[in-house]
Amino acid sequence: MLETTSNQSKMIVFQLKDEYYGVPVDTVGSIERVQQITRVPNTQSFIKGVINLRGVVTPIIDLRERFQMDAAEFTDQTRIIIVHFDGKDVGLIVDSAKDVVDLPEDSIEPPPEVIGSVEVDYIRGVAKDNNRLLILLNLEKVLSMDEKESLSTVD
Amino acid sequence: MDTNQYLEVFIDESTENLQVVNDRLLDLEKNADDLSIVNDIFRAAHTLKGMSATMGFEDLADLTHKLENVLDAIRNEQINVSTSILDVLFDSVEALEDMISDISNGGDGKKDVQAIVGQLKAIESGEAVGENESPKSETATQLSSDISLDEFEQTVLEEALSQGQHVYHISVSLAEDCLLKAARVYMVFEVLEQSGEVIKSIPTVEQLEDEQFDETFDIIVVSEQDDEAIKAKIYKVSEVKDVQIKAFDSSRIRSEEEGTTEEEVSATTEAKPEKESEETDSPKRQKAVSNKTIRVNIERLDTLMNLFEEMIIDRGRLEQISREIEHQDFRETVERMTRISSDLQNVILTMRMVPIEQVFNRFPRMVRNLARDLGKKIDFQIEGAETELDRTVIDEIGDPLVHLIRNAVDHGIETPEKRAASGKSETGRLILKAYHSGNHVFVEIKDDGGGINQDKVLQKALKNDIITNEQASNLNDRQIFELIMASGFSTADQISDISGRGVGLDVVKNTIESLGGTIEIDSEYGEGTTFSIKLPLTLSIISVLLVVLKDETFAVPLSSIIETAVIHKKEIYKARGREVIDFRGNIVPLVHLKEVFAVEQDQDNADDYYSVVIVRKGDQMAGLVVDSFIGQKEIVLKNLGQYLKDVFAISGATILGDGEVALIVDTNALIK
Repeated sequence: MLETTSNQSKMIVFQLKDEYYGVPVDTVGSIERVQQITRVPNTQSFIKGVINLRGVVTPIIDLRERFQMDAAEFTDQTRIIIVHFDGKDVGLIVDSAKDVVDLPEDSIEPPPEVIGSVEVDYIRGVAKDNNRLLILLNLEKVLSMDEKESLSTVD
Repeated sequence: MDTNQYLEVFIDESTENLQVVNDRLLDLEKNADDLSIVNDIFRAAHTLKGMSATMGFEDLADLTHKLENVLDAIRNEQINVSTSILDVLFDSVEALEDMISDISNGGDGKKDVQAIVGQLKAIESGEAVGENESPKSETATQLSSDISLDEFEQTVLEEALSQGQHVYHISVSLAEDCLLKAARVYMVFEVLEQSGEVIKSIPTVEQLEDEQFDETFDIIVVSEQDDEAIKAKIYKVSEVKDVQIKAFDSSRIRSEEEGTTEEEVSATTEAKPEKESEETDSPKRQKAVSNKTIRVNIERLDTLMNLFEEMIIDRGRLEQISREIEHQDFRETVERMTRISSDLQNVILTMRMVPIEQVFNRFPRMVRNLARDLGKKIDFQIEGAETELDRTVIDEIGDPLVHLIRNAVDHGIETPEKRAASGKSETGRLILKAYHSGNHVFVEIKDDGGGINQDKVLQKALKNDIITNEQASNLNDRQIFELIMASGFSTADQISDISGRGVGLDVVKNTIESLGGTIEIDSEYGEGTTFSIKLPLTLSIISVLLVVLKDETFAVPLSSIIETAVIHKKEIYKARGREVIDFRGNIVPLVHLKEVFAVEQDQDNADDYYSVVIVRKGDQMAGLVVDSFIGQKEIVLKNLGQYLKDVFAISGATILGDGEVALIVDTNALIK
């Protein structure tokens, strides 16, 4: 389902609130500490702005806001995961990012109806890893702009 | 030696040579008697033929060959240059261009050229009777080879012999224990290319490269040097065991020849083979160029630029640190680095500049063909083709120019009868001119045609609801001319009867504005029209005014700024619910950038003065209210990435010296 060629998927594991999420390691460009973010006006609220990522202007999404969780102050643990997807480079703000895990393909299950606080739409599947539940994200949906939230533009 | 790696070079050089053919054909049209022009064309065509045959593009080589025959006949005064002949020649050039563009798009360069070949043949046989005396004074010694030559190779050899060059058949044997046979072969070829030209090798170059041979291979070489010299040079390559060199038997070539190649012989007595060292009347720029330039992918230059910008950011940090620690040596070093990096920046920027000639080159023939089709007489002149522009701008500017030139030829310049009737010379003048001024490049397209009929433009604009009657009476000349570039002004089928232009001119205008440029029209009814395009030197670096909104920094492109002003609150009026100011007699609406960009308002009314940036879009203006101005700066334009494509009133971003990102304000979006 994730990677048909191998039966092991490497996942970067990160944390939002008390939940664990995973994105495939091959979509991740780098993991950065929080740095100066320039706000971009007239965009959706979860778009925190842009950063200078080694000379490339990169947009940043606050995943907590994207998933409608309560906002949190940035801490020492806060990280920006830079993902490439479909020609876009986007940074995702997460509470912490530490692990890389190998998931056997058959441990990944389709998402249940309701899980944690994240809408099923963003989820590709769930997997068990060392007594914790890993939610695997569907980056395409996470990065998709055509959301219910209407764009607040200035006329 | 795989031909693929040469493909790019082949395409570039063929394009160059075709351009020479093209340019000189146009010259020839003006000076039909000047046979030196024919020689130039012949040489370029010949080079092209050689290259395409080497690369295995048979159709291309074939057509060029026929073209060459005709040129030869002209050169030997067997055919007189006439317009019909030139038309055919131009058609052939066009077909060749098609083939090369096909090749550059990954095709095989095949094209059905029977019609043109037929025409060329007809011209050739019309008057050109093959001369049979062929200079063949070359020594013909024993030939011990079964090398068979195709028509092209024979031609080349014939030609070389007729010029008193030597043709050698060389057998090279490598040492049996040679490990890198392909490398040695390459070195041998290199040696030979320095002293002459390799015509053929047995086995083929590909096979040699794949080491599909034993120890020995055979090469046929054309050279001016004597055999001993060449032999000695080859021996200098390591692991060469044995070299046999013989003069190639020219009588063998003759026996396989056909009528066409015979003509060729007499034809080409004056022409030099392409790789020949330059002398006499042919200043071959090709060679000079290849010695001094290399081709670099633009992406690499972009990468270089990106890396350089990162260095600039670090430089900013170093400067900061040097101020803090107050260490004499350290400070001096940082200052030195600052100077060097400024120079470096200039070098990197100039590397991206290319002459606008690349774009202009295709126009003379286009104008000629258009004029022919429309039955007009046009004297087309190009000035300032050497003017340099950033590569990215060059890539974009071609289409708008084609459009404007077409317009000028089609609608601007009148038919000879009409011109004669209005007392002008029958030949219209069309001038395409480029020049630098400040940070901009100007391109002008000027014709002495009918000019723009303002009344008709106004009527049309009214009819199409672009302006109201009220507006119509207030427009000045320039504003009226600009109407023809308004979208919805005209469609292709209607415009021709308005002495005018307008076909898709809105597209032209949009393209130029998207490049950060402007376009203006100046026209005198009955006298002609001038389109002036103003373009930034580069798209990646622009001048901006940095402004502050609370604690955020924004950049406003200098190109759209008229001036900055500090205005007292008392000078602000209300008109239809909007704040306006009186700026030099114009009523200018104010736009509070803080509101547009949703910046938190701090205690308002704290200041009695507004800092205002007056910007314009065409003739409309607006005053952007900001907290303060920082100053002018050259910045590197970056886009916001794929994810943030259309952000209102933001056209991009840049990275400031301290590494922070600042957004660039799209003032056009703020002016309605």
